[in-house]
Amino acid sequence: MFDDFFIRALVAGIGVAFITGPLGCFVVWRRLSYFGDTLAHSALLGVTIALSLEFNIALSVFITASVIALFLIQLQKKTNLPGDALLGLLAHSSLGIGLVAIGFLSFIRFDVMGLLFGDILAVTINDLLVIWIGGILILLTLRFIWKPLFASTVNYELAEAEGLKPDIAKAIFTLLMAAVIALSIKMIGLLLITGMLIIPAAFARNLSDTPKKMVLFSIIGGLLSVFLGLFSSLKLNTPSGPSIITAALILFVISLFKIKQTIKLKN
Amino acid sequence: MSLDKNTLVRLKDAGIKQDEKWLVQGVSLEVNRGKIITLIGPNGSGKSTTAKIALGIYKNYEGTVEKFTNKIGYVPQKISIDWTLPLRVSDFMVLTENLNADEIEEALSLTGVNHLVNKNLGNLSGGEFQRVLLARAISKKPDLLVLDEPVQGVDFTGEIALYELIKKISEKLNCGILLISHDLHMVMSATDHVVCLNGHVCCSGSPIDVAKDKEYKALFGDQASQTLSIYEHKHDHEHTNDGKIKQKN
Repeated sequence: MFDDFFIRALVAGIGVAFITGPLGCFVVWRRLSYFGDTLAHSALLGVTIALSLEFNIALSVFITASVIALFLIQLQKKTNLPGDALLGLLAHSSLGIGLVAIGFLSFIRFDVMGLLFGDILAVTINDLLVIWIGGILILLTLRFIWKPLFASTVNYELAEAEGLKPDIAKAIFTLLMAAVIALSIKMIGLLLITGMLIIPAAFARNLSDTPKKMVLFSIIGGLLSVFLGLFSSLKLNTPSGPSIITAALILFVISLFKIKQTIKLKN
Repeated sequence: MSLDKNTLVRLKDAGIKQDEKWLVQGVSLEVNRGKIITLIGPNGSGKSTTAKIALGIYKNYEGTVEKFTNKIGYVPQKISIDWTLPLRVSDFMVLTENLNADEIEEALSLTGVNHLVNKNLGNLSGGEFQRVLLARAISKKPDLLVLDEPVQGVDFTGEIALYELIKKISEKLNCGILLISHDLHMVMSATDHVVCLNGHVCCSGSPIDVAKDKEYKALFGDQASQTLSIYEHKHDHEHTNDGKIKQKN
């Protein structure tokens, strides 16, 4: 049944939704959306390196994004610039360098649009294996660091004082972010992947009053977006990645009507 | 883990510098099992900082800090929780430790807020939140409790009840408590050892001894010392305005 490109796309999308759902919640809680964007932008450089060295693309993207994340941490320690300025600096410079590098690789046939916006209809069975096996590893790791990561998201000092080692959890989470971008870049594209992380989580926030519920709804929101997006792209002949993100946005708008009253009572 | 006895955390000549300025320095103290040790001192005297050094939150300290337990319950003085997190009291209770529903209920009952268990954390009043914080810290049955002004914002009767509870907890769990408090009555009635800070240790000892200390009087004013001190004795140094020891000429 995996012979059909549409089935393959669906299976890939389902895998991506399962990974981005829980990670997206942490992206929203820890205010990392611009950080995710920066890592995603650096993916272009990773892809270029992979193509020129004939290296595995996902692995190369993962390494590049991790290096950028490390570089960011160093910059934060060494400069007085605010975090968002540093993120912008890294995001756009790595995008720039990536595009320049592509210019040198004119001998390689290269689909820049596919890289920017994803081409989920072109996934191979090999890609499916990478997404699902990688995805399971990512989710197991997240499960493993959930307690310290969540505790330090709520309050860093509490987590540190009570011996949960939040710094290690944070470092592992950064690697997970790099991994999820590496896995899903081909499906969703580097300009849209942060949307896949944030929008289902934002949708879920409107419907949830506990963290676990939010993770669950975030996965559900991602799955619905994939189904709606893919079927409508088939029917209306629209690009698949943007259709998925548009579907996610529609779900978010609908969820606005269901916002729990409690949220409005904040002090 | 030291088999040795009762010491849970020990600071020796500990201090921390920020931008070449000491936040607090030369603090030596020991928290022992079953004892309550209290830090007192004016604003900015380094009480919370000392607690954070002891807890290992600040890592670039000077001097030595030895910790003999990892079972720690902490009530920070200021806690900024992002209210956009969907977080109920029951979720907050299991933040660092897995507890079952009964254990959560029991801890919340002790501080009188078990009716709030399903409430959103962002919707609590200051005093309610403080009670939840305290309940969370004691629920994990820690060896060491660090309470940084644990009853701030709690109503008057509640305050007394909570201090009684703290005293009871230290006996029941046989845990050591490092307490930071402005409530001198509490300090004097329930504490085993008092450390008076003002950028450094001004004086320390049993509450009675500290209340007699002229340093203490200088820091807290006549009224505090009138109610609590019986006699006074000489102190061996004076302060400049930033809490440093004035050099004698």
